Amino acid sequence: MLDVSNLRFSYRRGREVLKGVSFSIDRGEILCLLGSNGTGKTTLLRCLLGFEKPDGGRILVDGEDVTRMRLERRARYLAYVPQSTSIAFPYTAREVVLMGRVAHLATGASHTARDMQVVDEAMERLQIAHLAECRYQEMSGGERQMVLVARALAQDARLLVMDEPTANLDYHNQVKILTALKYLAGQGLGILMTSHYPDHAFLACTKAALMKGGALVDVGPPDDIVTSESLTNLYDTPVHVGGTFVGGLVVKTCIPLLDETVYARVQADAEGSQELDASFERA
Amino acid sequence: MRMRDRRFWVKMGLLAATLVVVYLCSFVIGSVDASVSLVVDVLLSRLTGIEPYWSAVTDQIMLGVRFPQITLSVLIGGALAVSGASYQTVFKNPMVSSDILGVSAGAGFGAALAMLNGCTWWQIQLAAFVGGSVAVLLAYVIGAVLGRQNLTVLVLAGVVTSSFFQALISIVKTVADTDSVLPSITFWLMGSLNKGDNADLVLMLPAVVLSLALLFAFRNKIDVLAAGEDEARSMGVNVNVVKGVVIVASTLMTACAVSVAGIIGWIGMVVPHIARTITGASFSKLLGSSFLAGGIFLLLIDDIVRSSFSDLPLGVLTALIGTPMFVFLLIRTRKEWV
Repeated sequence: MLDVSNLRFSYRRGREVLKGVSFSIDRGEILCLLGSNGTGKTTLLRCLLGFEKPDGGRILVDGEDVTRMRLERRARYLAYVPQSTSIAFPYTAREVVLMGRVAHLATGASHTARDMQVVDEAMERLQIAHLAECRYQEMSGGERQMVLVARALAQDARLLVMDEPTANLDYHNQVKILTALKYLAGQGLGILMTSHYPDHAFLACTKAALMKGGALVDVGPPDDIVTSESLTNLYDTPVHVGGTFVGGLVVKTCIPLLDETVYARVQADAEGSQELDASFERA
Repeated sequence: MRMRDRRFWVKMGLLAATLVVVYLCSFVIGSVDASVSLVVDVLLSRLTGIEPYWSAVTDQIMLGVRFPQITLSVLIGGALAVSGASYQTVFKNPMVSSDILGVSAGAGFGAALAMLNGCTWWQIQLAAFVGGSVAVLLAYVIGAVLGRQNLTVLVLAGVVTSSFFQALISIVKTVADTDSVLPSITFWLMGSLNKGDNADLVLMLPAVVLSLALLFAFRNKIDVLAAGEDEARSMGVNVNVVKGVVIVASTLMTACAVSVAGIIGWIGMVVPHIARTITGASFSKLLGSSFLAGGIFLLLIDDIVRSSFSDLPLGVLTALIGTPMFVFLLIRTRKEWV
């Protein structure tokens, strides 16, 4: 579905922010883009969405090059879910979601009954229909984020591009958003999200991409590529990836370690336990 | 029809009815007494062919003086309110309007310069439009250079632009002939409908209708800009085109208003917020409601001026009433704005 190959971009000559980025997302897949601040994640999203024009490379959605499309057409392929922004005026949630229909509207035309139906359906699918007449301004961060996801749904695009959808949210709302994303992916949408929580890659994503210095270090299933070593390298900070048995499943979590010596001890323990395992097997 | 659509049209009906009542009552105010029924008969006499039972003087005062003045105040109040509403929505900033962005001062400078050179009416209007456009572009560019997302930066840029053009207006005033041109420029700049006649009406009406039609055609795209430029782009809206449309339409309306009635401040700032409390923020609804509310607002102000038999400038009174209203709005909504 989304096929990005060898994407290059620089804000100033000679300082490349994206150094040949390639990855792909299929229908029903959620890709979690991980990387430290200033590594080019947001720039990558901006290139995908057409806010910046890439210097080289291709962005294909279902085989069509979106960089050559007019904004109106591109909006039917890619929808953007920003971090919950503020809107200065008292729009209702329904009015905000209705904005997503603008790409399907000829200049001067009024919204049709079909537009209204799409908006209602989008809000129902995300279980926020009861908030339709509430003012967006007065909503909590989690509710706003859901409204923005509904707006992207109403846009009727094939791929959602989400900039840190779980930032500034509490556990309850993080879980709500991640659950909604899994549900939407299950219905055939492709989703690209950035995150500062590698845990979320394990919880909800089918793919992870590790970005460092403007290039992707690794792309693949979270279980395979999100490891203590890769995260420690990615963030230049000791991170331990462990697993916990919950209800018969192994849930992986990431723990940043404040102290290098603790990290060294953890590593030694891991090796020790492997030796222990080996000795058990021998016995 | 959906429930909330019906509620919107009921509100619009009430606003329109209020406008009509205030409009008709406005004819009663003045040095010549008249009843509302007489007013209606005089106004409709040209259409229905009622035999006049009133004097020729009354006819002249009603149709030649009060009709253009009162109709112009509806048109100008509505135009200023709509241009304020569209600037606010498209710049995502509740604290801007034609006067804050310097459009009024720029248009005032253009018009004053044209008056100084003894230009004809439509030349004055053109000069006002050019001056207003230059001012708003200047304010926008300064604001964009200083900081894109900051609400106060754009306001500050507008204040700077406004001061700059006020200074230019002062230069025009010092150059102007102190006996003939200066008094008229000074008085007209403070806002006055006294000179408004049917010719003004004929020139202003098409400009306002055209601007409103343009804004109406782009109403849904204008709304999307309230979410921010990047988001609008991601939803498929060509941001520069929509901004261009708003700037041209709003500046045209403001320039017309300024060239007819001078600088009348605060309507464009305050009335859209009042209209939002009535019909909500959606621009397709705000367009109508702010026009009607702006018309009612300026009609009432003009009525106060005329019934006090004073030559108090309109701009002074709109500022006297508008500023406390703005402070009230600011207190009520400060959490959402700051």
